[in-house]
Amino acid sequence: MMSTDLRSAMGEFKVHRVRFFDYMPSGIRALAFNQDTERMAVARMDGSVEVFHCSDRFFQEKIIPGREQCGIEGLSWVGERLFSAGLNGGITEYDLTNQKVKYTIDAYGGPIWTITGNQQGTHLAVGCEDGTVKLFEVNEDQIQFERNLDRQKSRIISLSWHPSGSKIAAGMMDMIQVFNVETGHSIHRMLADRGAGTSRSKECVVWSVVYLSDGTIITGDSVGMVKLWDDQTGTLIKSHNVTKCDVLALSVSQNEDSLVAGTSEGIVVQFQFVSMVLEKDDKEWVRTRTFRNHTHDIRAVAEITTAVVSGGMDAQLVVRPLLDKIEVRSAASALRKIHFPHRRLVSCARKSGLMLFQYPGHLELWRLGESEGKGTPGSSLFVKRNPEKLLQLKVKGEDHIRCSAVSPCGGWIVYSTASTLRLYRLHCDNNNISITKISKLPKVLSSANQLCFSSDSSHLFSASAQSSVHIASLSQSGCKFVGTLKPKSGSHQAIHLLAASEDGKWLASANSDHEVHIYNLQTQKAHCTVPVYSSAVTAMGIHPATNCLFMMHADQQMFEYSIEQKQYTDWSRTVQRKGLHRFWVERDTPCLNVMFNPQNPSHVILHDMYMLCIIDQSLPLPDDKTQFYNQLTLKSLTEEQRKSQSHAFKVCKTFKDILCVELMPDQSLVVVERPLEDIATQLPAPIKQKKFAT
Amino acid sequence: MVETSDIRVVRCGGSKVNLTPPIISSDSRFVLCTSGDLVKVYSTRTEEWLHSLQGHTNQVTGITLNPANHLQVYSCSVDGTVKLWDFIDGILIKVQLVSGLCVSACPECFQLVSVHLPKSAEQEVEAKEMSAVSSHISKNPSCTAFGRGVRSVKHIFISFFSLCSFSLKATDKKGAKNAFTCIACHPTDDCIATGHEDGKIRLWRNFIHKKEYTYSTQHWHHNAVNTLCFTPEGTHLLSGGIESVLVQWQYGAGNRKEFLPRLGGSILHISASSDGQLFCTSHSDNKITVIESSFKVCGVIQGLVKGDAVLTDLMIDPRSKALVLNGKPGHLQFYSLLRDKHLYNLDIVQQEYIYEAGLDQFEVVKAAFDIKGSWLATVEERGKKSSDLEFFLKLWAFDERTQSFVLNTTITAAHTDRIISMCFSSSEETTMLVTAAEDSQFKAWCQGADDQNFWSCDFVGSYHKLNPTNCSFSADSSLLAVSFQEVITIWSPDTWEMLTTLCQPPGVIRDLCFGRLSCSKYLLGTTTKNLLCCWNLLTCELEWSTSVDVSKLQPDPFSENVAAFSYQSKHTDLFVFKPSEPRPLFTNKNVCSEKVHRAVFVPREEPLNSCDESTQWLNRSQLYFLTQNMDLLTFSTATEEDRMLSSSKQLVIDDSVAVTPFYLLLGKHRQQQQKLNTQSHPVSDKPQQTQGSLLHTPAHVLPAASVLCSMFVNSFLISNTGVHPLRVKTLVNFPKLMKYELLYL
Repeated sequence: MMSTDLRSAMGEFKVHRVRFFDYMPSGIRALAFNQDTERMAVARMDGSVEVFHCSDRFFQEKIIPGREQCGIEGLSWVGERLFSAGLNGGITEYDLTNQKVKYTIDAYGGPIWTITGNQQGTHLAVGCEDGTVKLFEVNEDQIQFERNLDRQKSRIISLSWHPSGSKIAAGMMDMIQVFNVETGHSIHRMLADRGAGTSRSKECVVWSVVYLSDGTIITGDSVGMVKLWDDQTGTLIKSHNVTKCDVLALSVSQNEDSLVAGTSEGIVVQFQFVSMVLEKDDKEWVRTRTFRNHTHDIRAVAEITTAVVSGGMDAQLVVRPLLDKIEVRSAASALRKIHFPHRRLVSCARKSGLMLFQYPGHLELWRLGESEGKGTPGSSLFVKRNPEKLLQLKVKGEDHIRCSAVSPCGGWIVYSTASTLRLYRLHCDNNNISITKISKLPKVLSSANQLCFSSDSSHLFSASAQSSVHIASLSQSGCKFVGTLKPKSGSHQAIHLLAASEDGKWLASANSDHEVHIYNLQTQKAHCTVPVYSSAVTAMGIHPATNCLFMMHADQQMFEYSIEQKQYTDWSRTVQRKGLHRFWVERDTPCLNVMFNPQNPSHVILHDMYMLCIIDQSLPLPDDKTQFYNQLTLKSLTEEQRKSQSHAFKVCKTFKDILCVELMPDQSLVVVERPLEDIATQLPAPIKQKKFAT
Repeated sequence: MVETSDIRVVRCGGSKVNLTPPIISSDSRFVLCTSGDLVKVYSTRTEEWLHSLQGHTNQVTGITLNPANHLQVYSCSVDGTVKLWDFIDGILIKVQLVSGLCVSACPECFQLVSVHLPKSAEQEVEAKEMSAVSSHISKNPSCTAFGRGVRSVKHIFISFFSLCSFSLKATDKKGAKNAFTCIACHPTDDCIATGHEDGKIRLWRNFIHKKEYTYSTQHWHHNAVNTLCFTPEGTHLLSGGIESVLVQWQYGAGNRKEFLPRLGGSILHISASSDGQLFCTSHSDNKITVIESSFKVCGVIQGLVKGDAVLTDLMIDPRSKALVLNGKPGHLQFYSLLRDKHLYNLDIVQQEYIYEAGLDQFEVVKAAFDIKGSWLATVEERGKKSSDLEFFLKLWAFDERTQSFVLNTTITAAHTDRIISMCFSSSEETTMLVTAAEDSQFKAWCQGADDQNFWSCDFVGSYHKLNPTNCSFSADSSLLAVSFQEVITIWSPDTWEMLTTLCQPPGVIRDLCFGRLSCSKYLLGTTTKNLLCCWNLLTCELEWSTSVDVSKLQPDPFSENVAAFSYQSKHTDLFVFKPSEPRPLFTNKNVCSEKVHRAVFVPREEPLNSCDESTQWLNRSQLYFLTQNMDLLTFSTATEEDRMLSSSKQLVIDDSVAVTPFYLLLGKHRQQQQKLNTQSHPVSDKPQQTQGSLLHTPAHVLPAASVLCSMFVNSFLISNTGVHPLRVKTLVNFPKLMKYELLYL
């Protein structure tokens, strides 16, 4: 830990720069894009599934945590239902409303390598290790095994439906089979050659296959070729040598005029279906652009309407916009790299200086260090006491942690997986730490989507199914169920944010349908609902003095809502009327925390991955002509000039790759950083590539 | 000026053949390239120079095949004309005077103009319709390309330029060196290939759309791509750059490529024949390589190699009458100016040349032939910039058996400092070499008397420890003149006795030469103080002197004439005079705008017999000179040009046989035989001739069959009157006349 003084123009803070949270994002294994809802589903190596909203600045709407030993190999949307299949041999359907697994059924074909649904939404096809393609009928509430297609000798690696749903192309070891779905028999068998220069004994794996509506089958294989086949004759039309390594993933655009291929060198190659002679109709697939945004294998690509999305072993989701498809260039259409989840993985016990880090399989509790005296701005302080790890709590069972929290007093720790919720009482006197599990929990607290303590640590709020919030009172004796808060109306989407007011009177909840409900905790009734905004809420907080709810949205807009008056505050209306500065709106990561400075009630502190910002509500708002990042300019000005030049936004970019920022009661800031370089060093070595002149 | 009316400066012989892309005739039998004022026609099979298209009066800047007739070629020149040629017969068909095209007036600003060539039967027409397509284009022909279809040319061009501007804007921020260097259009598809400074090649498609254009990038060259060319079928893309590797990219198959490395100099242009069987690359060392489509080099057409500077003098090999000068690094090249052909390279340094910038390597700096051409002396040195100078004096003997020079003696420390001047004695009996060096000595070298015929030092001379600047033998080798700064000393080579000193201050002696033949009693010298002096050696007195800044003094070995180039006020003047007469024979003001440091008289094969006083000096030899821009220029007379024009018109060649000098020899013989035959069987042979001329003439230049039929039938009839031979004669000529008419219908 480092402690430095942060001087913005508006105040001084002692900063705990925390870099000991060894958060390691998991590699991306599969992508599935739903054109109708504009949602991108991402499956990671640890079995978690995330849903991103493509038209809402790729906000991570839903996270379904994974399990141990559950390697997802494929993802597929059928209508608005999401299915996955993995090497454990089961097909899983997800309950996206409550963000959990709905059910898992075994396909009885050994490990499943691929899953794909037809465009009609009637059937799912899975490719199994035993060489069968199994068809499942998608029913109202479940899926049901229908039949096997002709069994093959080798495993089925990849599958693609013809858009009409009458044929399926399957990529296997060394060959591609085309099946007639009706008869279940193979129509064509096309051999993929093992490639010149490679050893004859090394099999050619057809990693990916795409079936176009005009009957062209496109395959990507381990020899590094993208091949085009004709399904009428079963012959090779053309082959493109893309790489010396493997072509791992293919994806075609909705109107079938563009194709992207991801390779194990970390490059994405685009092919376009262009007419060779202008204003004529004979078109050909031509290799065009190359995108190099990854360092490691690209395991999944998806071409969405205006961008190419790719993900791989380096655990970042890259959204590369296709400039020729974009009408207006804006912040929403910029290159986007998503490294960290859009949820908080760190919670702070503000009053006792404890931090709880949430890993997939365990929790870590740390005590912050201490320093002596004050320093000059920008200098490092002497660390009197080093931070120490007090506790590591391993999760029982195979499920990963969904959410966790530590109470502000530092006396309670709670976490929830998909199946269980556990509450612990923490005794901490000097150096003796002891922890006791609260054994008898109320039945309703079986699982939670989001957890939160009241500011006096007397109550636990647990967001649960149907957008409801359960309240439990905490005391030395244990935990007692108090009541349930239910919204009057609206959707039943899971709650992903909770915010309790400092005076213990109000509780706000936000769900993935962008609804924000406010409850009166004294009457345990719904108080009001904030008008629904088109973009998701990424962070919110209730001001301790004015009891106004401050909300940040994925499109970088901010609102302040007065709970007592049930309306937006004047400042919020001014912001909306004047609009935010271009530079503010163009930032590409969402704000993840809203804090208030009790010393200076007009200050709101926000942070995203790249910066820390203090909004002074008493100062004028900047318009597009004013200099936005004006800290350095202000420094050079005299006191009077500074007054006329300064505006409400004070941005600090000293810190990078921020996971969490928290303001402690002693006016110190905790900044949890996870440098991307550290993540890169922990990744496996990428494929070695020859670089010219090295 | 009256003198210059029939003598003019031409670029004939040793000119650049790599200025524009060469073109290959549609039957792949000929390669055409621009070379100075000429368009040269080479055979692809034998690499032989067949003939040249002569008629332009200034640098030819471009050639292209007539799209309507593949046997014709258009050429354009700085003289403001576009000419249409029949390149097989070498006949000028038509001249277009393009009035507005004055490239010489504004060489900085190149415009692309489309000229509408009016249709008319006259031989000389003026093209008036002209429209500028785009301005500020690059001078390099690799930077313009035409796409598929005549109608779309303009379209593609404009779209390319807009594309060029905004794509550069988009990527300039990253500091990438992606400036465009060359462009090529696909022959059938709408695809543009561009080469970039960083060695990348981009293939652009869909470029008509403002936004939906797309491109793919390919990268092999590590330096700028100089040129790009699609094969006529469009299956391959050829690229070349400084690496001198020809790269063949398979069109549409990503990275599949083939290489043809080690082609010599860096590749400047690539062109392909219309059937795609042959490729031509022109290189920076003035060379055209003919390459088969299987990537095998099948012919090299080597022009005069011109490096950055010619360090040796221009010399004439007395045996082969070839021009000798620096060629490839470390070599002397032998170049026949009469045949305009590179003969061979003589490796002087005999060390591997390493292609790396800034490396100090041995270079041939001096060379001299003796009078018979049996000895060659060379000096090579390195360390010009640094203080540790290293140099060798080498003597080469001509070996009759191998017909080339063989190293005889290497003298490692001939002098203690750099050799300034070197000359052989000009007597037939004894050969002697004199070298003058900066160590204030001159040395005479002789061949050993005994059977070891190695060279050794015979005499060392010096004068008041002054540095010698020049040395020269008189025509009969009885006197040796060595200049030491301002003083000229005359020595007798037999006794090594200093006879006299001549001194005409002020100024260091720059050039020194003895008069020839009737003027051998005169010694000429130029000084740095702009003085040209002539001494009479019999009286040891100054005969005359004149104030002129002479940069090069060149005596003609075959006459009394001496040529002097003087440089003043940014142009070079030429004076030709006899030492005995102070009045010049010939004056040409403003020969060129650069300084001339090298010149040589090249003997003619057969002397001209011009009586005109001003052209007489060119009767026996021709004066070539080299400008600072490395252009080799010469003078030609009107009579000479007329003779060449008439000879080219006689050159009517049978299409079926490749035109080689061998054929021309044999062909003459055959024609004579045929003549004999005709005389013996006058009647039976004539119909055959007529049929032959009808059948051998390409069908597209023949008149309609209905016109020909009666004549054709007539030709079979046996004539019995004296009128018929005449009619047959007109018939024979008829298709030739029709050729012109039909083309412009």
